[in-house]
Amino acid sequence: MTAGEIEAAGGEGGREMLSIEKLKARVADKEILHGVDLVVRPGEVHAIMGPNGSGKSTLAQVLAGRETYQVTGGQVRLEGEDLLALTPEQRAAKGVFLAFQYPVEIPGVGNMYFLRTALNAVRKARGQDELDAMDFLAVAKEKMKLVQMDPAFMSRSVNEGFSGGEKKRNEVLQMAVLEPRLAILDETDSGLDIDALRVVAGGVNALRSPDRAMIVITHYQRLLDYIVPDRVHVMAGGRIVKSGGRELALELEEKGYAEVRRGPAEVRP
Amino acid sequence: MSSQQALREITEQKYRYGFVTEVETDTVPPGLSEETIRLISRKKNEPQFMLDWRLRAYRHWLTLEEPTWPNVHHPKIDYQAIVYYSAPKPKKQLGSMDEVDPELKRAFEKLGIPLVEQQRLAGVAVDAVFDSVSVATTFKKKLADLGILFCSFSEAVREHPALIEKYLGSVVPYSDNFFATLNSAVFSDGSFAYVPKGVRCPMELSTYFRINAKDTGQFERTLIVADEGAQVSYLEGCTAPQRDENQLHAAVVELVALDGAQIKYSTVQNWYPGDAEGRGGIYNFVTKRGKAMNRARISWTQVETGSAITWKYPSVILQGDDSVGEFYSVALCNHRQQADTGTKMIHVGKNTRSTIISKGISAGRGQNTYRGLVKVLKGAVNARNYSQCDSLLIGDRCGAHTFPYLEVRNPTAQVEHEATTSKIGEDQLFYCRQRGIREEDAVSMIVNGFARQVLKELPMEFAVEAQKLLGMSLEGSVG
Repeated sequence: MTAGEIEAAGGEGGREMLSIEKLKARVADKEILHGVDLVVRPGEVHAIMGPNGSGKSTLAQVLAGRETYQVTGGQVRLEGEDLLALTPEQRAAKGVFLAFQYPVEIPGVGNMYFLRTALNAVRKARGQDELDAMDFLAVAKEKMKLVQMDPAFMSRSVNEGFSGGEKKRNEVLQMAVLEPRLAILDETDSGLDIDALRVVAGGVNALRSPDRAMIVITHYQRLLDYIVPDRVHVMAGGRIVKSGGRELALELEEKGYAEVRRGPAEVRP
Repeated sequence: MSSQQALREITEQKYRYGFVTEVETDTVPPGLSEETIRLISRKKNEPQFMLDWRLRAYRHWLTLEEPTWPNVHHPKIDYQAIVYYSAPKPKKQLGSMDEVDPELKRAFEKLGIPLVEQQRLAGVAVDAVFDSVSVATTFKKKLADLGILFCSFSEAVREHPALIEKYLGSVVPYSDNFFATLNSAVFSDGSFAYVPKGVRCPMELSTYFRINAKDTGQFERTLIVADEGAQVSYLEGCTAPQRDENQLHAAVVELVALDGAQIKYSTVQNWYPGDAEGRGGIYNFVTKRGKAMNRARISWTQVETGSAITWKYPSVILQGDDSVGEFYSVALCNHRQQADTGTKMIHVGKNTRSTIISKGISAGRGQNTYRGLVKVLKGAVNARNYSQCDSLLIGDRCGAHTFPYLEVRNPTAQVEHEATTSKIGEDQLFYCRQRGIREEDAVSMIVNGFARQVLKELPMEFAVEAQKLLGMSLEGSVG
């Protein structure tokens, strides 16, 4: 895609950061995504809502490059580049970040060490200098304030023995340190009490910026009281069936998914 | 590239230290007989008691059968095809390090363990065992000022016969087991250290073993004695050249910790494991045991990455009251490597405590067995043991096995055993990769994390080597 084409595709909202067209994917023999279309521009926060099993998490995993899922059709471009051709680590280097619904434990690997290794891997891939331990410590300390994380967590093993809320905070901390272009938050609100939710959402909001886009996947509209989206999409049966503004989330809460799905879909995904 | 493929590629990397150094060797013909033993003893100018001991061992060995209980498989060993003595021919008497054969020095440098550098940087006194005879001993004078003896075993037999006669076989008797008995008959050289009463050895004592002469079985013998209240840390590390024939290695290590003494014995073992099909690796059948008297502490730490077959159980006899025994182990089996390793903690004295931390890593078609015995005798009032055996599987073609044996004869004893088996998960790898970490680095990181509890027990300079051997960057430098 040429720069001109990108510009053209951008239409009214300016250039596209992420464009998903007719994306189909399956796990084993079961097709889960049946043709997803979505355009996200820099600075935008998109919420994807939908009932369990609608394909929200699958979409997140496919965008991050998980090999369990096989892409069977369509295309995904990140700033014009074919995202699907890249390995997960290459996507990370390009600025794709996935905050996991279930962050993984890595026993014996220090949280701080893990984060520094990740940051340096990404910096190296981007042609930047690696940070030494002292420089990194300064960066990490600053970012930890964002999510009000106790420094004691940094010397513990990655996610091992963390509570649900601590794990999610840790995901947001990693996001803050890695400074992605496109952040995908997969059910970051699940398992959080209201205080933890506020902290996590506060961290995410602090990371909103004109050149960063976010996709927030959630089952409940509650999160969107704290992270206010520019666009809201409803996913069902492996497709985006309805899109709208902030008010769509409220409508969903009021009427439930079944009712909303029956309504007319907007043209712009 | 799929995760499975990547794992395979990483785990199928070739052994990097395979080379043969050309040094003129003085070798006896293959085969074992009383005549061979007399020849070895004569070549080494040994006193009569030493020859008699060897011969007693040999005669006993003739009555023994090779053990078949380990969970390992190999072709029958022809003990008459083995060369039992091989020593580099000294071109002249060595007065200093500078006179060490340059070829030898180059070999050590290739392995990344230059003697000179080690002396200077790490403050390590190195007794370099090249094949069977020590060719360089350093830092001797500094140690001698403290009354510490650290020399080759042969030298100790000649110079300190009374100590050898007193302690040799006092922990591992010549009749102990098939391989230890064979060692007792034919051992060629090894190391000896004695730390006098109340002396704390100011540096790590270190020996780098290296099997070199083709077809030469290695039969080292190490004896370390820490007198009352003494403290010493000893490092043993090995690498070996690549070759096709299997090589038998049957070493014996004896540790004696008298009242209040502490001995820490650390090993990083990286002998040639054989090729991807399992051809040609070293057979490592080792007997290591320590005896801890009142309030003494003996600690074994091992990182086992090499050898085609490893059969070894560093053990502690907790003879004295309030004595402590520890065993920390990482054993990695890749390709077709087999390891049957673990420890024995024999609680004899009152209030004795032992800790066992074993981390087995299996990759490729490797088979890793933990075998451990915790034995509490009648008199061992209030004995305590904690054992933890964790296994990590990489890929789906390897195996992990755990055989814990408990024999408790005192009702006041408390014995705990925990075991886990886990697999490097696709979810862990994906998590790391999503954060930008390449897959092979992620594998290293996860393995390193798994082994951390043991690696942190290693002396710092050794931990670096262990990290190299596990092919990963060291954990926990921050935080």
